[in-house]
Amino acid sequence: MLILTCPYCSVAADETELSAGGEAHVKRETVGADDAAFEQYLFQRENPKGIHFERWRHAAGCGKWFHAARCTNTLEVFGTYSAQTLEPPKNITDAISAARPGWTWRNFS
Amino acid sequence: MSKAISALNGQRFEGAVTVKDLGPRGMITLRGDLSSAAVKKAATSVSGAEMPQAGMCTIAKDQGIAWMSPDELLVVLPYADVDGAIAKMGKTLKDTHHLLADVSDARSIIRVQGTGVRDVIAKLSPADMRPSSFAVGTMRRTRMAQVAAAFWMRDARTIDVICFRSVSEYVFGILSAAAAEGAEVYPK
Ligand SMILES: [Zn+2]
Repeated sequence: MLILTCPYCSVAADETELSAGGEAHVKRETVGADDAAFEQYLFQRENPKGIHFERWRHAAGCGKWFHAARCTNTLEVFGTYSAQTLEPPKNITDAISAARPGWTWRNFS
Repeated sequence: MSKAISALNGQRFEGAVTVKDLGPRGMITLRGDLSSAAVKKAATSVSGAEMPQAGMCTIAKDQGIAWMSPDELLVVLPYADVDGAIAKMGKTLKDTHHLLADVSDARSIIRVQGTGVRDVIAKLSPADMRPSSFAVGTMRRTRMAQVAAAFWMRDARTIDVICFRSVSEYVFGILSAAAAEGAEVYPK
């Protein structure tokens, strides 16, 4: 069972209390973007066996959206963090680097 | 004026643990910046309770404040006091960004009471009900079986559960099944 600690209410919530919100840090394309950029925004998603960044919502709890960094292979959770950010904070990337040196995910490493 | 009745209308189940409808209860949702003095004053002045810490509630007897999220409180008070309390809170908050809603009739409140009360709740919700992580005064929003619910520990053998009015029968049913004689986790 996947357990994520909600950064807003500090509850260690198992996945039955959460709803998955898909990939994190997707950049929204808008007027003026070309077809390739729109295709990327609408359809192209990472599906890694390993490090992944996701959005989750504490649906049956405080109701807040948040971000999580975890390993899809081992269910190891590297941390959860605020929804109000465009990239993972340093303490999260540091935690991943400590466990998986040399990792990359999209533009992050 | 018509008389307000709760969805469960006073139902009671006597098992290893007792489950009973508490009848109509006043509940006011207050959203806003919880660090703002006006928001704190609005909640504390009508409930006579202190502001709760995150994840906790300050409901003494049947009146007080529960922490629902970083920007939401639930003020619990007698059913008849709601209109007056909302008017008073609205005045206190008139220059502060906020949301106030009377949710009394949208909810049910059910009391679960007995020695095995933690086990009854633990069978139905993913919350960690060990005394070390769920002490008296803890407030938890979570789910119970298939529906959203919240509960707080009133005293060492009493937990008050709130759920949506529309699922009252369902919640009462699952609580009763979990509380039934012979369903104890640690039989006598
Ligand atoms: Zn939460």
